[in-house]
Amino acid sequence: MLTLEEVKYGQGDFSLQADFAVPVGARVAVIGPSGGGKTTLLNLVAGFHVPTQGRIFWDGVDLADTPPGARPVSILFQDNNLFPHLTVAQNVGLGLRPDLRLTAAQKDQVEAVLARVDLLGYGGRKPAALSGGQMSRVALARMLLRAKPLLLLDEPFAALGPALRDEMLDLVSELVVETGATLMMVSHNPEDAKRIAESVVLVSEGVAHAPVETGEIFANPPEALRAYLG
Amino acid sequence: MADRAFKITPVIGAGAGAVLLLLALILGPLGALLWRAEGPAALGVGDWAAVRFTVLQATLSASLSVALAVPVARALARRQFVGRTALITLLGAPFILPVMVAVMGLLAVFGRGGIISAMLEWVGLPAVHIYGLHGVVLAHVFFNLPLATRLILQGWLMIPSERFRLAASLGIAGRDVGRILERPMLRDVLPGAFMVVFLICLTSFAVALALGGGPKATTVELAIYQAFRFDFDLGRAALLAMVQFGMGAVAAMVMLWIAVPTLMGAGLDRAVERQDAPAAWWDGILLAAMTLFLVTPLLMIIVDGMPNLFSLPASVYLAAGRSLGVALMSTGIAVVLALNIALMVVRLKRGAVLVESIGYLVLSASPLVIGAGLFIVLFPWVDPVALALPITALVNALMSLPFALRTLVPALRDIEASYGRLADSLQMTGWVRMRLVLWPRLRRPLGFSAGLAAALSMGDLGVIALFSDPDSATLPLQMYRLMSAYRMDQAAGAAVLLLGLSLALFWIFDRGGRTDADA
Repeated sequence: MLTLEEVKYGQGDFSLQADFAVPVGARVAVIGPSGGGKTTLLNLVAGFHVPTQGRIFWDGVDLADTPPGARPVSILFQDNNLFPHLTVAQNVGLGLRPDLRLTAAQKDQVEAVLARVDLLGYGGRKPAALSGGQMSRVALARMLLRAKPLLLLDEPFAALGPALRDEMLDLVSELVVETGATLMMVSHNPEDAKRIAESVVLVSEGVAHAPVETGEIFANPPEALRAYLG
Repeated sequence: MADRAFKITPVIGAGAGAVLLLLALILGPLGALLWRAEGPAALGVGDWAAVRFTVLQATLSASLSVALAVPVARALARRQFVGRTALITLLGAPFILPVMVAVMGLLAVFGRGGIISAMLEWVGLPAVHIYGLHGVVLAHVFFNLPLATRLILQGWLMIPSERFRLAASLGIAGRDVGRILERPMLRDVLPGAFMVVFLICLTSFAVALALGGGPKATTVELAIYQAFRFDFDLGRAALLAMVQFGMGAVAAMVMLWIAVPTLMGAGLDRAVERQDAPAAWWDGILLAAMTLFLVTPLLMIIVDGMPNLFSLPASVYLAAGRSLGVALMSTGIAVVLALNIALMVVRLKRGAVLVESIGYLVLSASPLVIGAGLFIVLFPWVDPVALALPITALVNALMSLPFALRTLVPALRDIEASYGRLADSLQMTGWVRMRLVLWPRLRRPLGFSAGLAAALSMGDLGVIALFSDPDSATLPLQMYRLMSAYRMDQAAGAAVLLLGLSLALFWIFDRGGRTDADA
């Protein structure tokens, strides 16, 4: 379980508070107006921001002293999820060993996850030779290999067209079901949330509210969400 | 940017070590000279003349370079023509041009036996003399007019073209555009450009050695060389070194105070679209004159030197080999130092100020003082002749450090901004991060920096002159010797060899960084 215990974070005029828990295996959409702190929330969990107050736990363990790479977290950013100078197989292989000294068995594993995301045979290519959707799938393949229990998506599919984005979200939800991972996904789009998330964290006016069941929050939106949805 | 607090990591340690080494190498030799100075030293009349001459020639060179650069930069800013990009590239070339090659070229044009004199004699006028103040200033303008032009051109291109459009729509034309848009920009840019050129000319040695000399045209650097090499008067050399350092420090402080435009600007290949541009012929003449001024000396050298390129004395080829070795060693040292400092700097909050300070410190330090000081510190243990080449390589590496940092630091910042978090999230730290993330993405700027360092070292005539033993001469020194012995044909041949090697080194390193590098 992910627990944010009276977390506060401030930088200049900006501040964010969060005090809630996300159960294991949950699929949570993080929505709210831009500039509200959705990305900040994910960065706090991923370890790129240090809370000014409060603590963040995973399964009862305080993450304060754990650097980003050692946290039980895989994160996909809005862009730059792949190293352009490394091949697809190398980019995926980083999920197994950050120094890329892979054994033959590990290389087979890389091939297997590439096959899982329908990119068999693409291992030797560089990211520049891929389409946007294919790049997303490479990043997802690496996520699969890392096998971390918590997945954070910071709108990695924002640049894709609607059909492709739906395809990616479906793939994500399949992978999450397969691995039993917990998902937190930032989105601008209520439809995305309805598509794969069972609960919603509303981030607005400096507060990340506790997750509310998806059907309920859209049926009976709080004031801040109503203002955002228009 | 991650706000995770940084601990003292090996990266910071290595960077701090590199900075300390740099400081020790710049300040230590000064101390060594003072320590070994016997008896109270005093500056003579000639030394004060050298101080005055140094300031005078630097002021004249900087004023002329900047004054001429303004109309040339304006012409480049407002004209779009075939070859504009090539001309802007050409403006960058003097930076890696060996000083001695340029001096030979200028002699071939402006010297006693040069084409200008020949034309003057043809109409019955006396030949011109290049030696002395005007020769030194001419050479400095040759090197720094292009630099100043690039700096000022950047200022012009920083004025948004919308403003020119707005001015045109308001019916503002001619002089008024200058008053409203261009003069404020020039007020910002000119002091910085002036100071950069001034500082470069302040530490001039090779130009003064070749075209100056004598009581009337000696720079402080040249006086240090003479005090050390001819009189072995360490006390006077040390005093002169302090004077040199003091002048540099004052200039550097002025530069930290005023805003100095960046030396390595990109994106100069866009012309400002202007509705008010006056007659094109004037700009055309200016640009043509500038090109002629830059290209003719080099063409003369190539024409004079090519026939002798393969029939030079063996000593020249040996010197070329030594120079290549020194250049490669120097490049290695420069790259390692710059990389370590840059890696540290991007992790510091006020890293930019550190880079600036290192840059000005190095620019105002005297290579000859560093060389002489190191020599004094080391010669009880090691054979001085054996030291000549390594010390030269080391000093050359220090001198190219500011330029390498200017290139590497922004590049590293970009990489960390784009891929730092991805690397963090994948636990790519330390050496793994260096090997898999930074190195592949830094190859281009590293190649460029290495190319600059190699070419600068290849063409340098400075420290090596202190130890000019026949068996340890570098190519520029060998070339200078041929010139001093009036063996002009051979000197021209050596010049072509030197020019070719310098450009080839730059090209190879720069190319090496580009091949197979993914954007």
